[in-house]
Amino acid sequence: MSLFVILYFAALIIASCLAAFYNKQGAFMTLFSLTLVSFVLGIVGGAGTLQTVAIFAGVLAFAAGVSFCFREFLVIISPTNLGKELKTAPLTAAFGMFVIFTYAIAAIFAPWIAPHGESEVISSAFAPPDENMLLGADQLGRDMFSRIIYGARNSVGLALSATLAAFFIGATAGLLAATKGGWFDQIMGRFADVIMSIPSLIFALLMLSIFGPQVYVIIIAVAIIYAPRVFRLTRAVAGNVVVMDYIEAAKLRGEGTGYLIRREILPNSTAPLIAEFGLEFCFVFLLVAGLSFLGLGIQPPTADWGSMVRENATLISFGDYTPLIPAAAIALLTVAVNFVVDWMLFRSSGLKEQ
Amino acid sequence: MGDILSLVLKRLGFGLITLLIISVIIFFMVELLPGDIAQAVLGQGATEENLAALREQMGLNKPAFVRYFEWLGGAVVGDFGSSVVSGERVSTLITERFINTLFLAAYAAVIAVPFAITLGVIVALLRNTLFDRVANVLTLTSISSPEFFLGYILILYFAVKWQMFPAISSLSDGMSFPELLERTFLPALTLVLVVTAHMMRMTRAAIINLLASPYIEMARLKGTPPWKVIVKHALPNAWAPIINVIALNLAYLITGVVLVEVVFVYPGIGQALVDAVSKRDFPIVQACCLIFAATFILLNLAADVGAILTNPRLRHPK
Repeated sequence: MSLFVILYFAALIIASCLAAFYNKQGAFMTLFSLTLVSFVLGIVGGAGTLQTVAIFAGVLAFAAGVSFCFREFLVIISPTNLGKELKTAPLTAAFGMFVIFTYAIAAIFAPWIAPHGESEVISSAFAPPDENMLLGADQLGRDMFSRIIYGARNSVGLALSATLAAFFIGATAGLLAATKGGWFDQIMGRFADVIMSIPSLIFALLMLSIFGPQVYVIIIAVAIIYAPRVFRLTRAVAGNVVVMDYIEAAKLRGEGTGYLIRREILPNSTAPLIAEFGLEFCFVFLLVAGLSFLGLGIQPPTADWGSMVRENATLISFGDYTPLIPAAAIALLTVAVNFVVDWMLFRSSGLKEQ
Repeated sequence: MGDILSLVLKRLGFGLITLLIISVIIFFMVELLPGDIAQAVLGQGATEENLAALREQMGLNKPAFVRYFEWLGGAVVGDFGSSVVSGERVSTLITERFINTLFLAAYAAVIAVPFAITLGVIVALLRNTLFDRVANVLTLTSISSPEFFLGYILILYFAVKWQMFPAISSLSDGMSFPELLERTFLPALTLVLVVTAHMMRMTRAAIINLLASPYIEMARLKGTPPWKVIVKHALPNAWAPIINVIALNLAYLITGVVLVEVVFVYPGIGQALVDAVSKRDFPIVQACCLIFAATFILLNLAADVGAILTNPRLRHPK
């Protein structure tokens, strides 16, 4: 039995005893079941498996610590009202915000963070990592790390502008349909039904095959595909607001449709719309990533996470995990946005019940 | 029964109309090409004679709506014209691939459906426990990952590091069934991971929704044992949402299958679509899009009809 194994179990047992002593039931159950599970794992897999478990737990604890600090930081720098709400955010949501913050920094300051240019060939193809290149070179000898940093700007930027376009079209149509009603509402509703009954990836492939994979075509195609979802939600949310008395009062005052939408309906339906924006961004991001993986996204030499995975996929058959990093970056951002959205949805539904 | 029949027929009719509108979109979108198909296929350097010959061969000289009805008439009997790149019949090119894709989707569904529904019900019953939270984070991660990420992780571990399954699903004639299952295991597993996560979350939400209804509380309050509450009171009413969940996720498989087929070089219709898109082979693109859209609509329709059939209020009209 090595020193590591002894220390590992000692730490776990001391931690569970402490948890039990301070009456933290959840923590005790987690720690003690981890002890039991690692006992079995240790017998079956040996010290190596235990090390993996320890590293995994360490990473989780580190992420939890970072999220905790980030939440405290946000609570202190934001105004009192917002700070109080942030204090109730679960750690997962804080983690999500931290990840989004990091990506934003990487995207905005990409040229200063990345050591090399995004299309700068600096060594031979698939060169292994060295002191000059953190993650090695890609299939043309460009620095992988720099391309991943630039990818934050390109991939996320594209998905964000497509989501904004979809949101703009969908929300405008939804608000108009809710306030005007009648034939406009009917036609838009049927139109949304038809578009939503075509699988999104298939529809995107059809449009891109015809108009070619230019950036503006991708944005328009994605906006057309996802606007109906936004339309439906906005229509439903605004439909509930439109029947309120204060809307009636505003109409009697003689306010026009534009005023009603801007000053009365929108302020009362922002919460679900913001949550929907987050969800929508996830869908769009995954769709755009899929398209660029298929070679129909942003065209080379611009760095883009989806196409980077495809171009370097040969490395995977040599047991190298580097091509998976851009894919993991996509997954991490989507998870982060989902965590934040989960919290916002819970908050808006939880407040109603009480 | 007359009420149900008319409801189902109404849904069917609506699905058919939607499909018709989609066929119009698919066909006339290609008409929006700058120039025409012949120009797009042959490129800028094509001579006038070649263009004219290709137009004649493809029947491009007829007005668009005449060609639409010819195309639609052919599509109904499975004839989608011929490929503009290789000149082969589209139907011979994609029939076998379509069967392969259906096989892959069915393989994934057979594993995923029972697994996901059982787990979803368990998670719903254990809601707000540690198990539920862990399942929540795991399913969220799986949903948030692009299909190709999951696919390549599986390749990295199962095919490269542990060498248990082949990384590329090449199929050949005369392969035995167990061998076929082994070859296609990794793509099927990728689909299972994605779909299971979606299904578990939806089943959990549906069951929790159901358990909150007054008659369940009534059953509990009159002292019915917990298992009986589930089996006799909750389950009969849970079928409708569960059938809905299954059909929606099978429809979701349709989109997922394209990326997974490309990752594993699986000879399916999704791969054919992606190849045709990059070669700008429009008859194949149109055929694949129509097939995908039809399957998607059919499954959504099945969800609606299933929900109608399992709804006791509709089965026993007053």
